[in-house]
Amino acid sequence: MITLAHFLTLATILFCIAIAGIFINRKNVIVLLMAIELMLLAVNTNFVAFSRFLGDPSGQVFVFFILTVAAAESAIGLAILVVLFRNRATINVAELDSLKG
Amino acid sequence: MTESLPLVSFYFFGAITVLAALAVVTVKNPVHAALCLVLTFFSTACTWLLADAEFLAIALVLVYVGAVMVLFLFVVMMLDIDLVPLREGFVRAMPVGLVVAVVMLVEMLTLIGVRTMQIPAPAEPAAAAGMSNTTWLANALFSQFLLPFEVAALILTVAIVAAIPLTLRRRVGVKAQNPAKQVMVTARERIRIVKMAAEKPADTGAAP
Repeated sequence: MITLAHFLTLATILFCIAIAGIFINRKNVIVLLMAIELMLLAVNTNFVAFSRFLGDPSGQVFVFFILTVAAAESAIGLAILVVLFRNRATINVAELDSLKG
Repeated sequence: MTESLPLVSFYFFGAITVLAALAVVTVKNPVHAALCLVLTFFSTACTWLLADAEFLAIALVLVYVGAVMVLFLFVVMMLDIDLVPLREGFVRAMPVGLVVAVVMLVEMLTLIGVRTMQIPAPAEPAAAAGMSNTTWLANALFSQFLLPFEVAALILTVAIVAAIPLTLRRRVGVKAQNPAKQVMVTARERIRIVKMAAEKPADTGAAP
């Protein structure tokens, strides 16, 4: 029998992996974006599980909206990444300091 | 056997999800990371199926695996990335990241608690209402959440409009044909007819 805690545990593990990924890949913007997608996935899993176990469709509707916003976010993020690479020829976060003044 | 089948498949898909997510943040090549992320999304969609969220599971596969990850792969393959400077500090940052992640994991798992493991799932809400998961979701989406739904459509439009000018590049000094201009051309632009008085050949006086 699958319980609520199974889903919550899976989501927690995914979220912590994403946190660790942000820490250990802090120079690579692409992997940072992927870690953010992993975090959103963990949150969505929580929403789906609560929606199932509380019998409320609002949770699944919210997952729908989060998917929408995440798709828009990754499209714009990747567009910014392409422009960045075109101008600076690097995606290393450590070298992107032109706003420092 | 049939009683424990969902649990066994949940553990199976969950293990694949966790392993693929670990591979996403540790592999060296970003292309491999993107492919592992595809696997993560796919097996998560399978666990959502086990939670009776059929519509969202299929939407996750279509939207993420079909669109967003292909976009990721395109960008990763388009950029010519020098991987060596991006990997420096990987080993140095590893202990910090591991400590933070493990502490967070332990805290959250304590919060979730082991006792909730024994609470069984209630009957599936959509089936209890006598409809499919998609109908159940659509009833809420198009009545209670109609305005947010329209706003979501607006957000997607804004994202398209924003992403296109960002990546649009106007190069200078490029010689290209403009078919519209070629079709619209008139004879007047190609040939100039000059009116001038007729001239007689100069009389040299040496006529035969």
